[in-house]
Amino acid sequence: MAASNPSVFLLSVNGQIEGADFPSYDNLYCKYCYVYGQDWIPTTGLEEGITQITCKGSQASHKLIWNFPLDVTFKSTNPSGWPQLVVSVYGPDVFGNDVVRGYGATHIPITPGQHTRTMAMFVPEPTWRLQKFTSWLMGRRPEYTDPKVVAQGEGREVTRVCSQGFVTVCFSIMMKDLKKLGYDSGPANPQSHAASSWSTEDQSNF
Amino acid sequence: MASPSDIREKLRKKRRAFQETLVPTKHDDEQALVASASVSEEAPPATMEQEPQSSHEDPAETLRRSLKAQRQMRKKKLLEESPALRSPAEGVEDISKVAEDEGSTKRTAAGSLTGPKSRGPHQFERFVTRRLEEKLRAARSQGQSLQLQELGEVAVSRLQSLRDRHTLTRFHSEDQDGTFQVPQDISTRVTFQDAARLVGERERPTTVEAYNFFTSNFDPEPEERSESTSKTSVQKKSAESCDDSREEAEEGGEEEHEEHNEEAPLMQDEDGNVFVIQQTSKDFLETTKAEYIGLRALALRRGGLLYTPSSQRVPTSVKLPENVTPRYLEEEGFYVGQRPPVTSTNENILENRMLKMEEGLKWFGDDGRIIALPDPIKESSSRPPLFHVEEDLDPALQTVFKKPMKCGHTHQAYIAGAADCEGDYQLDVDVSGLIFSHHPLFSREHVQGARLAQLYDQYLDRQRNKLAEHLTDKLNGLRNTMRNMLEIHSEQSLSPAMQQRIVEYGVEIKNTRQLRDSEQEKDRALLKSLVKVWKEIKSLREFQKFTNTPYKLCLRRENVDRLTDEQEYEKEVLAEVWELEAEEDVDYQRKLAEYKKQLDQWKTWRRKQKSQKKQKKMKKKKKGQPQEETEEDENDPDANESDGAVDDGPPKPEPPEKLDFDAIEQQVREKASRIRRKPGEAILIPEMSASGKISAADLCPKGEMARREDVAKRCVFIKVLYNDKEVSQTNSRTLNSDFKVHFGQIFNLKIVNCPKSITLQVFEEVASSCSLLAQVYVPVPGSSVVAGSAPMEEFEFSSKQRVMFDHEGVGSDVPLSFVADGSNRVVLLTSGKVSCCVSWGVGEDDLPLAPPVSQILGSVLGGHPEAAAHIGPSGLADMKKIGEWAAQSRLDPNDPRNTSIMQLLKVASSGEVTAADYFRLEQLQEEFNFVSDEDLDRSRRFRLLVLRSQEVPEFRNYKCVPAQEREVTDKVFKEYEKRLKDGEIIDTKEHLDSHRALVAKYLQKIREAVIHRFLLAKHHYLLSDLVVEEEMPSIGILGLNLFHLAEPKRPLKPQRKERKKVTAQNLSDGDIKLLVNILRAYDIPVRRPPSSKAAQTSQGGMQAGDWLLGQVQVRPFVEVSFQRNVLQTTTADGPNPCWNEELQLPFSAPNGDYSIASLQSLKDEVFINVFDEVLHEIGVTDEEKGKSVHTRLEKHWLGSVKIPFSTIYSQCRIDGTFKVNTPAVLLGYSKERSHGNNGAYDNLRSLCEGAFITLFITIEPQLLPGESIREKIKELKLDSQEDEGLLQASERFERLAASEFPGRVCTTTVIDLNGKTVFISRYLRPLNPPQELLDAFPDNPAAAAAQVARFVSLIPSLPDRVSFAAICDLWSTCDQFLTLLAGDEEEHAVLLCNYFLFLGKKAWLIIGNAIPEGCSAYVLTQEESVYYMWNPSSGHYYGQYDTFCPLQAVGCLVSAGNVWLNIQEQVSPMRINFDVSRSHCWKPFFTGSFPHSSLTSVQPEQLVYRRSDRTTAVELQDRIERTLRDKIMSWRPHRPTRWNRHCTTALKHFLPSLELGGGGGRDAGEGHRHELQSMLGDNRISGFPLNMPFSEMAPIVEAVYSTGVHTTHSPNVEFALAVYVHPYPNNVLSVWVYLASLVRP
Repeated sequence: MAASNPSVFLLSVNGQIEGADFPSYDNLYCKYCYVYGQDWIPTTGLEEGITQITCKGSQASHKLIWNFPLDVTFKSTNPSGWPQLVVSVYGPDVFGNDVVRGYGATHIPITPGQHTRTMAMFVPEPTWRLQKFTSWLMGRRPEYTDPKVVAQGEGREVTRVCSQGFVTVCFSIMMKDLKKLGYDSGPANPQSHAASSWSTEDQSNF
Repeated sequence: MASPSDIREKLRKKRRAFQETLVPTKHDDEQALVASASVSEEAPPATMEQEPQSSHEDPAETLRRSLKAQRQMRKKKLLEESPALRSPAEGVEDISKVAEDEGSTKRTAAGSLTGPKSRGPHQFERFVTRRLEEKLRAARSQGQSLQLQELGEVAVSRLQSLRDRHTLTRFHSEDQDGTFQVPQDISTRVTFQDAARLVGERERPTTVEAYNFFTSNFDPEPEERSESTSKTSVQKKSAESCDDSREEAEEGGEEEHEEHNEEAPLMQDEDGNVFVIQQTSKDFLETTKAEYIGLRALALRRGGLLYTPSSQRVPTSVKLPENVTPRYLEEEGFYVGQRPPVTSTNENILENRMLKMEEGLKWFGDDGRIIALPDPIKESSSRPPLFHVEEDLDPALQTVFKKPMKCGHTHQAYIAGAADCEGDYQLDVDVSGLIFSHHPLFSREHVQGARLAQLYDQYLDRQRNKLAEHLTDKLNGLRNTMRNMLEIHSEQSLSPAMQQRIVEYGVEIKNTRQLRDSEQEKDRALLKSLVKVWKEIKSLREFQKFTNTPYKLCLRRENVDRLTDEQEYEKEVLAEVWELEAEEDVDYQRKLAEYKKQLDQWKTWRRKQKSQKKQKKMKKKKKGQPQEETEEDENDPDANESDGAVDDGPPKPEPPEKLDFDAIEQQVREKASRIRRKPGEAILIPEMSASGKISAADLCPKGEMARREDVAKRCVFIKVLYNDKEVSQTNSRTLNSDFKVHFGQIFNLKIVNCPKSITLQVFEEVASSCSLLAQVYVPVPGSSVVAGSAPMEEFEFSSKQRVMFDHEGVGSDVPLSFVADGSNRVVLLTSGKVSCCVSWGVGEDDLPLAPPVSQILGSVLGGHPEAAAHIGPSGLADMKKIGEWAAQSRLDPNDPRNTSIMQLLKVASSGEVTAADYFRLEQLQEEFNFVSDEDLDRSRRFRLLVLRSQEVPEFRNYKCVPAQEREVTDKVFKEYEKRLKDGEIIDTKEHLDSHRALVAKYLQKIREAVIHRFLLAKHHYLLSDLVVEEEMPSIGILGLNLFHLAEPKRPLKPQRKERKKVTAQNLSDGDIKLLVNILRAYDIPVRRPPSSKAAQTSQGGMQAGDWLLGQVQVRPFVEVSFQRNVLQTTTADGPNPCWNEELQLPFSAPNGDYSIASLQSLKDEVFINVFDEVLHEIGVTDEEKGKSVHTRLEKHWLGSVKIPFSTIYSQCRIDGTFKVNTPAVLLGYSKERSHGNNGAYDNLRSLCEGAFITLFITIEPQLLPGESIREKIKELKLDSQEDEGLLQASERFERLAASEFPGRVCTTTVIDLNGKTVFISRYLRPLNPPQELLDAFPDNPAAAAAQVARFVSLIPSLPDRVSFAAICDLWSTCDQFLTLLAGDEEEHAVLLCNYFLFLGKKAWLIIGNAIPEGCSAYVLTQEESVYYMWNPSSGHYYGQYDTFCPLQAVGCLVSAGNVWLNIQEQVSPMRINFDVSRSHCWKPFFTGSFPHSSLTSVQPEQLVYRRSDRTTAVELQDRIERTLRDKIMSWRPHRPTRWNRHCTTALKHFLPSLELGGGGGRDAGEGHRHELQSMLGDNRISGFPLNMPFSEMAPIVEAVYSTGVHTTHSPNVEFALAVYVHPYPNNVLSVWVYLASLVRP
C-alpha cells in the first residue's frame, strides 16, 4: 500500500510483564493473552504466553519478578476494540494444587511511548461460604470460564470478585499511520514517562 | 474515704508498684527507704478499719492503730494551719517541726491507748489482720537478728522486709520496743510527711539511740543528715513539752490525710525521680573536663556550614531572568487557581533559599512568584467511610470524639470584621404595639366598631388624597382649554394638527371624567357605608343595652349656598351632556361612514352577481362549445350562488341608529344623582372619636361578662427572631378591651451574622399556655435606615386559627351574622397590625452601625459559588436574577467551576431568552452531530459497522471493516440486500407452490423473532456463564467418591466418564472433532440369493460358495459423512456385525464463529450410512501362468441414520441403538429374521422392524451446550393468559420435579406461537383426522391408526427446527401446525395424540427423553392393558417392552385433563408402570386440593382439511425427477450417466403400490425384483425406494446423495429413477424416490 494513503494502521507493542505484588502468595506464574476487536489482526509476535514460575525475592519488597517480554504487532482498520492485555496469575495453594490467583486486564496504551501499567488483580469469589471452604479444601477455586471475560464488560454484574494483588507491565508503544487515518491519539510525549523503577528499585532497596 | 474494697484494691496496686520499683534497686539504701516511706502512707485506712478488734490483738498494733486514728482526727486542723505543707519539697524547718509533733503525739497516744473508733467491714479487717500477723512473724524473726546487727546493717534488713510488706516493718520495729530503727526513714530524700509519720509511729527513741542514729554512717548526703540532726534536737525539746500534744497529734493526722490524697501522683513522681537520679548519677555519666570553644570560633565554624535565609521580601526583578518584566496570567484572562495559603515570611524564606540554589530561577513563574498549583485541598472528604463491623479498627484509625468547641466566626454568613470588634453592628428593633383588627374575643360590637374604624381610616385616607377634587379640577382645566381653543380658532380655520389636538383633548376629557366619576362614586359609597355601619352600631348598642366600644361617629353638616350649588351642578351636567353628545356624534359619523362603505360593497357585489347570472344564461346558450375548462371553473360558484346567494355575499348593512340626545341627558342626570350629593344638600363630614363610654361590667349580661373576663386573662407578647433564631421577646401585656397592646420596647441586636430575616412572632398567652398567633416578617432595613429617623411601620398579620367561644366573643374563622335572620354571614379571621420599626443603630460618633452594603451582599453571595443556594430554585429560572447575582459576586469567568453559569449568562445576555415551550433531553445533540444524518446514512462504512453490531448473519463475523469509506465496496452488501429482496419475492422454484412459500416466509419471520429474543437472552448472563465453580459436594457425592476409591482401576466394562466442558468461545477451526464410535449393528438385511439362474451366474463364485455353505452373506460397513467429509469403517461380516471403531470427523463452524448461538443454529447433519460391500468379479484373465481375477468393489446402500449436529451439540453425546432407516424395498436383500406373528399389532410391527445400529457420538472437546439459554428464556417472564394461581402451581410443580427428580423432563406450561405461556393440557383435545384416512380402513382400527400415524409423520419436521427446538420451544396448535406444515416432535405428537383421542383410543402425551432428539414428545396409547409408544415423527410405534424403543426416559404424561409426573424410581418405559391412577407411581398436577379448573382447549373444535391436489403433486413429481436426474448427472462428471427407461417405467409402477401398502413390505420387494428381473433379464439390479415427507427440494437431493448410488464405477451401469408424490389432504405430500442401478454383465 502506498504510504501516503494507508488503509490500515499498525500498533507495535513491546514491553514486559515486570512482576507482581501478591502479598500472601508465592511461586506464581502468569499467562497472558490479548483481547481485541473484530477489526484487529495480530501480524507478528506471540499472542499468548506463559511465564516462568517465580519466587519471592529476599529483598524487603518481596516482589515477584517475571520480566517476561511481550512483543506483538497488530494491524487494524478501526480503533474500536483496541487490544487489551489480559493477565491471569496462577500459583500453588497449600495443598500444591495450581489455583488461580488473579485476573487482570489493561488496554494497550493508546499513545506511543513508554508506559507502565499496574493492574489490580482479582479472582471470582465462591458463591457460598461453604463452597469457599470446599473449594479451598479441594483446590478447585472458582475460575472464569475464559480469562478474556475480564476484558469485557458484559455479564460482569453476576460475579463477585475479591482483589488479590497487582501486576506491573511496561509497554513501549509504536504506531504507524494512525494519524494518517484521521485518528489522533493525543500527543506523543516521550519525556513524560520516567523509566520504570520496578527492577531498579529493588536493587536500590537492597 | 473510699469504700473498703477500693482501699484494698489500692493497697494491692501500690504494693505491686513498690515491689516493682524495689527489685531493680535492691542494693540501694536510699531507694528502698523512700519506697518504704511511701508505702507506709497506705497503711492508715486499713489500720483504722481494724480498730474495733483492737482489744484482743497485738498491743503494738493496737497502739499503732490508735495513733492512726488520732491522726485521722487531726487532719483537718493541720490542713487549715499549714496548707503549704502539701508540698513535699517544703523547707527543712517544717519537717523538723512536724517530726517533733509526731514524736510527742506518739508518746501520749501510746500511754492512753484510746482513740476514736471507726467501723469497717469485718471481712476486710480479718484479711488485713491475717496479713499483718504473717508479716509480723516474719519481721519478728528478722528483728531479732537485727538487734545484733549494727545500725548500718539494719537498713539492709529493713529493706528486705519492706520488699514483702512495708507497712509491717514498722510494727516489727515497734514490737522490738526500744530498738531504734527509725533513722533510715529519715535519711536522704525522705519527704517530710514520711519522716513525720515514721517518727510518729514509733516509740520515741532514746536520746542515745537517736544520737547514734544520726551520727552513724549516713554517708551519701551530709546535708540531709544535718537536717535530721536538727530534727532530733527539736524532738528532744518537744518531748519535754507535751502539753499540747493532742493538738500536735492532730496536725500530724492532717498531714497523713494529705498524703493520702496525694498518694498516686506522689508515688509516681518519687519513683520516677529516684530512677533517673539513680541511674544518671551512678552508671551512665562520665565526667570529663569541659571543653570550651570560643564564641567567635563557633560562629566561624558555623558560618562555613550554615546558611540562614533572610525573611526579607525578594524583589521581583531578582526572581526573573534579566530584562524580563513580570507577566500576570490572570490579567491576560487565564484562569489562575487560588494558591495554597503560605505565610509571606515562609514564602520569602523559601524564595531566598531558592535563589541561592543552582537553577533556582526555574522555580519562579512568569509573574515572579513561586510556581504553585492551585490549592489542592478538597473541601469535602473524598475518603470513603470505613465500615468495619466485625473487626476492631486499628487504634490509630479509631474515631476520637471531641467536645464541641466554640470556634471563631468561620461561617460564611458572618460579617467580615465583626469578629474583631464585637457588636460593631447593631440592629434596633422597636416593637411599639399591636392592634387587633379582629380577635376571637371581639364582641359583635367590637366587630362593627372595627369595621367602622377601618372605614373611617379609609375615609380619612381618601380625604387626604382628595382624588375626586383633584380630578374635578383637572377636568375643568381641560374643558376650559378645549373651550378656549374652540373659541379662539373659528372652526373653519382649524388646522389638521389642531383638529388632532382637539380630538386628543376630547379623549383626555372623557377619560378624566370617567375616573372622576368613579372616584366620586367611591367617596359617596364610603360615606354611605360609614353612616350605615354607625347606625348598625347604634342599633346594636340599643339592642344589647350596653356599650363595648368607645367609638362615636359625628356627622358634621356643612351648609352650602343652595343657588350656586345648583348652578354648578346644572353646569356640570350640561357640560357632560354636551361632551357626551359630541362624542356620540363623532361615533355616529364614524359608524355612518362605515355603513356607507359597506353598503357600497354590497351594492357592487349585487351588481356583479346580476351580471354573473346574465353571463350564466349566456353560457348556457353557448353550451357545446370547447370552453369546458372555464365553464367548469365557474360552474361551481354558480351553483353555490344559485343556492345560497344570501349566505355567501356580504349582508346588507344596517344603517346606524340616530342619536337620542334626550336619553343622554337622562343618563347623565341619573348618574349625577347617584354619585354626587344633590344640589343644595349639606356636605356631611364624619368625625369619629373614641370618647364614648364603655358600660361597666356589672351592667352587662352574663355572656358579656364572661367575655370580658376572658379578655382580661389574655396576654400578648412578641418574640423577635433574627435569622430564624429567637433573640428576645417583649414583656407580655394583657389585652385591653379595645384590643390594643402597647409594648414600646426597643431591642438592640448586636449582630455578627449578616441579616437574612427578621421575624416577629405574636404569641397569645392564656393562663400558662401560650400559642403562636401569627408571624410577621419585617424586611431587613437598608443601611441608610438609622434609628431615630426610621418611621414606625405597620405590618399586618393574620392567623387561620379557628376559635369558638360559648360567650359573647365571636371567635375566629366562625361564620357570623349581624342580621337577625342569620343570613349574610361573614367569616372573620384573627388579624391585626404590628407597628414596629427596624433600623440600624447609631454609634457614639453618630455613624450608623450598619455593615456596608457590599459586605452584606458579598458575604451572602460571594462565599458560595453555588447560585442555587442563594437564589433559590425559582430564582434559577430567572435569568436576570442569576445575572445580577453573578455580577454582584464577581464570578471569575475563567474559573472552570463557573463555566456552566457563565455559559448560561452569555446566552441570557446575548439576546432575549425565549423560554422554550418544549422539553428536550439532549439539547446539545445537534451541536454534537458532526455530520448530518443523511451523510451518516449514506456512509457505507458506517452501515457496515451498524449491521455488524446488530449481528446480522452476513456481517456477524465480518473482520476488518476497512478504515476508509472508499474501501467499502457495495459488493459487501450485495448478498445482504439480495437476501432482503428475496424475502419479499416468493421463490417458486424451491417450493411447491405459493402457499408453501408463504409458509416458509412466515416461518422465517417467526424464526427471526425467536432469534431476536434469543439474542436478548444471550446478553443476559448467569454466574455459571462466567465463572466455573465446583459444585457443592453433597453427602451423596462424597459417598460416591469414597466408593470410587474402591473401584477397580481397569474395570472390565468401562463406563464413559464425563469430560471437562469447554466453552465454545476460544476455539478455532480444527480444534473440534466429531467422534463417532460405531459399535455394532443388528439385523442388517442380507443378500438374497438370486432366484434366477442368470443372476446366480452373474454373481461371483465366492458368493455362490457362501450360499452353498448355507450362510447368507452380507459384508456391511458404515460410512459417516459430515460436512462432506466422509469416513468409513472396515468391513465386517454378517447381518450382526461388530465394528467397534472410532471415526474422527473434523468440524468447522460456519464463518469460524464458534459462539453458542451459531453452533446451535448449525443445520449440518451427520449421515451414518450402512453399506454392503460387494465384490464383483469383472473378468478372469485366463493365461498360462495362472488365473488373475479382477474384482470390483461395489457398495450397496442398505440404510442410513441421520443425526443433526445440533442434537449432538445440545445432548453433548449420543449414545444408543438406533433404528436404521432402511428402504421399504431393498432389491437383492432380505430380512433374515422372522418372528412368529401373534396379534394384529405384531404383524404391523414386523413390517416396520428394521436394522439397528449402536452408536456413540460426541464432540471432542466437549462443548458447553446451550442449555442455559433455554433456562434463560424461561427466566424471561412471558405474559400469559393463564390464571396466576395456575402459573404458580405449575412453577411449583416443575420446581418440585426438578429438585426431586433431576434430569426428568417435566413440562406443564409451554409457549405458543404468540409467545404466551399456555398450560400444556390445553393442547390436547380429540381432533378429526382427514376423512380419507378413516375411510381407507373402515373396519380395521389398527390399520387406521397406523395410517393416521403415517399421515402425521409425513408432515415435515421443521427444517430449521434448531431455532425452535433448542432455543425455545414454541408450540403451535394443530391447525397452525397443519397450515405451517412444519413443526417439531411436540407438534407431531400433539396432533397424533389428538387423532388417537378422536379414534377413541386412550392416549397420552409422553414428555421424555428419546434418542437422538433428546427432550421429545411421544404418544402413549393403551390397547387392552398393553401400552404402545408412538414416535410421531416417524410414525413407528413400539411396545412397552421393546428393547429398541428410542424413548429412553419418561418424564411426565399429559392428558387433556391432567399432567402426571413420573415419581417412580425408573424412567425407562420398560420398567415403569403406566397406570396413572396409582398415586405412588404418578404425581398428578391437579389433585383434590387443587382441582382442575376446566381449562378450555386452545385447539379448534374441528380441523378442516383441504382436498389433496393431484395436479400439483404431479407437477412436483416431475420437478423432483428432473432435479434429481440433473443432480445425479452432475455428481458423475467424468462418466456418462445412462438412464434405463424400461426400468424407470417399471419402477414408476411400483411406487404407488408402495404408498398404498402403507410403507411397503418385504413381499412387495420380492415382487418388484421378480418383475424387474423378468423385464430386464440378466441385468444386475440393486436399488431401493426412498420415502420422505416433502418440505423442500434440498433434503431430497441430500438424501439421494447420501445413498451413494451415483458412485458406482462400473462402466456399463445404467440408472433408473422414478419419483412419485402422493398427495394427502392439506398438502401433506409423501415423496417416493425409487433409485436403481443396473449393471449389464
